[in-house]
Amino acid sequence: MERVRRRRPLVAALLVAAMVGEPMTSSGQTSQPDQLRQELEEMKEQLRRVEEQMKKQEAIIQKQQAVIDRLTAQKPAVAAPVGGAPPPPEQVQAAAAPPTAPAPAPQAPTPEKPREPWSPSQPITLLSGARGYMNISFDALMDFGWSTTSNVTAIETGDHDPLQRGFTLPNEEIFLDGAVDPYFKGVADLVFKLDENNNTDVELEEVYLTTTALPWNLQTKGGQFFSEFGRINQQHPHAWDFVDQPLVIGRMFGPEGLRNPGARLSWLVPTPFYSEIFLAVQNGQGETAYSFRNSGTEFFGRPPLDRTVRNPGDLLYTPRLVASFDLTDSQTLVAGVSGAFGPNDSGSSTRTQIYGGDLYWKWKPSWQAGGFPFLAFQTEALGRRFEAGPVGGTTPLPSQALYDWGIYSQLLYGFTQRWVAGVRADWVSNNASGLPPADRLAGRFRWSPNLTFFPTEFSKIRLQYNYDHGKTIPNGDDSSVWLQVEFLLGSHAAHKF
Amino acid sequence: MHVLRRLLVTLLVAIVGGPSMSHAADKLKVVATTADLAAVARAVGGDDVDVTALARPTEDPHFVDAKPSFIRIVNQADVLIEGGASLEAGWLPPILDSARNSKISAGSPGRVVAAQGITLLEVPTQLDRSMGDVHPQGNPHFMLDPVAAKTVARSIVTAFCAVDHTRCAGYQDALSRFDTAIDGKLLAWQATLAPFKGTKVVTYHKDFDYFAERFGLEVIDTLEPKPGIPPSPTHLTELIPKMRAEHARLILIEPYRERSNPDFVAQNTGARVLVLPAMPDGKDAPDYIALVDSDVRQLAAALGEKPARP
Repeated sequence: MERVRRRRPLVAALLVAAMVGEPMTSSGQTSQPDQLRQELEEMKEQLRRVEEQMKKQEAIIQKQQAVIDRLTAQKPAVAAPVGGAPPPPEQVQAAAAPPTAPAPAPQAPTPEKPREPWSPSQPITLLSGARGYMNISFDALMDFGWSTTSNVTAIETGDHDPLQRGFTLPNEEIFLDGAVDPYFKGVADLVFKLDENNNTDVELEEVYLTTTALPWNLQTKGGQFFSEFGRINQQHPHAWDFVDQPLVIGRMFGPEGLRNPGARLSWLVPTPFYSEIFLAVQNGQGETAYSFRNSGTEFFGRPPLDRTVRNPGDLLYTPRLVASFDLTDSQTLVAGVSGAFGPNDSGSSTRTQIYGGDLYWKWKPSWQAGGFPFLAFQTEALGRRFEAGPVGGTTPLPSQALYDWGIYSQLLYGFTQRWVAGVRADWVSNNASGLPPADRLAGRFRWSPNLTFFPTEFSKIRLQYNYDHGKTIPNGDDSSVWLQVEFLLGSHAAHKF
Repeated sequence: MHVLRRLLVTLLVAIVGGPSMSHAADKLKVVATTADLAAVARAVGGDDVDVTALARPTEDPHFVDAKPSFIRIVNQADVLIEGGASLEAGWLPPILDSARNSKISAGSPGRVVAAQGITLLEVPTQLDRSMGDVHPQGNPHFMLDPVAAKTVARSIVTAFCAVDHTRCAGYQDALSRFDTAIDGKLLAWQATLAPFKGTKVVTYHKDFDYFAERFGLEVIDTLEPKPGIPPSPTHLTELIPKMRAEHARLILIEPYRERSNPDFVAQNTGARVLVLPAMPDGKDAPDYIALVDSDVRQLAAALGEKPARP
């Protein structure tokens, strides 16, 4: 309608010009009143005809405009790339204006039509989730704190935990991920950390690809990756709810967690609820297969051998079964059982079995903003059967099976937006069965309340107190306070539940 | 042993029965990330589709938990409808990774990115997180604009037709009916809100911008100092005189927002807090048109009242 109205002044101006021009030329020729009247009549007639014509044209324009509007309203997505810009909103509204306008004819089925391209008016952005070939991020964890003992490594078990009084930079990682092609997704996680002597250690923490197009709900993973055992072993320190790893994880999987080169097959079971079965086969050697072929650590007084893989049975097998249920609209439960089976280096044919059970429960009300409030409980229990080989010499040790276990439980309460209060209890058993004192594993207990503030999901500030108690703790017990600060640059990979 | 055998039988039934069960339903399995997208999918899919929304209508769509049950739902989907423009960036990717469903993988005919075809507002000219959590592709809260909803409905029908050729004509008919219904309603909505054109409002987050633009309201500021950052005292002390000076009459918030900051600002400015649902909840607003209808009526009622000045 706007457009039609805008044309009117133009037509009127032309008419006025014609009217003014006409009498001037005629008045110059004659001054007779009759002739004047006659001319005036002629002009009136002319004006009437012009007006009539104008009305006709206006009607035509209106009709055409309605047709144009209807067409643009029908196919705005198609019209946009052709026209260079989407139709202005007033046109789309105008399409609705004539109430008598017939409903647009149903479009012919066009399933073969390719998807409409993005509107050119939308800018191209780089490294922003869906627009780049690769997501890239850098995450830095920094710890500052103090403990009663000056030997912090006697109380903390992880390589990504605080290592000393004062400042520690235990985990600075570059995380890359993206679709490789229609068949694979690739992930690389490169970790840099400063040791107690301020030397930089570099770790190829994880490098793996996963398949994306296998049939029958299967998926494989290949490369170096954290074994899918329990919950916390799969998480990077950035996703942890506490400054340090649980004691039982340190006991079973050592300072680096259970990760090794290998392959993993998983099957999403077609049950009405979520359930998935994993089976990983990995080399199982070195410090990152702590309880297995780990030639760097002495277990139970047995000097480690350096065993190689002689047959497929010498590889590390890690099965896991996990299931999840939505108890109510606001409560979700995840339960899993895991195992890790492989040879260890304490004898020529000794093996280790680790069993684990994990439980996670989360409550988040239907009305949540920013992911708050929530209440989350998590617990993992791990038990180990370690076949220790015989040792000869002056202090001979028999071939024996040694058992130990541990558990941690934690409760996290996101009480208001950006604030989370947490508490964790940690316990590992002793293992004294007939071993000389030096070779025994002592039981330990830890109690850790903490408070975390998340300015955004790209940073956090965490304060944690640890009370440690046990025979291996200097002076029997220890108090420590840690402040952790984290920042994340680049894309923030979404967290798994 | 009996328990083990029963478990094995159950498992076998699940394996063999799994695929055949999906045939039995014979409806297109549609999964939408949010309730508004689900409502539009239901409008154009009718009885031929079975639509599941992942996020609850009452929750913040940016911060949804990637529940494992979603993996199973997405694994079974024939069509997945997401808002796009990074709305679900915090929770959808791990679900897709685990769901291993090639029918709805990126670029597949069964994948609908609603933001495609929408001219997004507030596309940042530079990416800088000191500006808050600005989405690189622009503001993703476009679904309250009925004209945008028409475009989304068209994208959805394109996907429905691509994966379900035989019932394409039915989807196209439903699309025409949806378009006509929106066109008819749009006039009424605009007429209802016409007297309040140019009214200045404040929102909590940038989630009513498209709605405001469509219906002639002017959003002068947000309670959040920057997108995703909760209201701070510093920002509110600047906002209150600004709202007074510009005579902002309403504070529009979504139902899941906290009320203390909006109420505080309302008390100090004379503006009114209006809770406007952005998602059809299946109860008060059973479908998309009812949602916009209810929001427009509430807005008109709120603006029709005499403004209270302190």
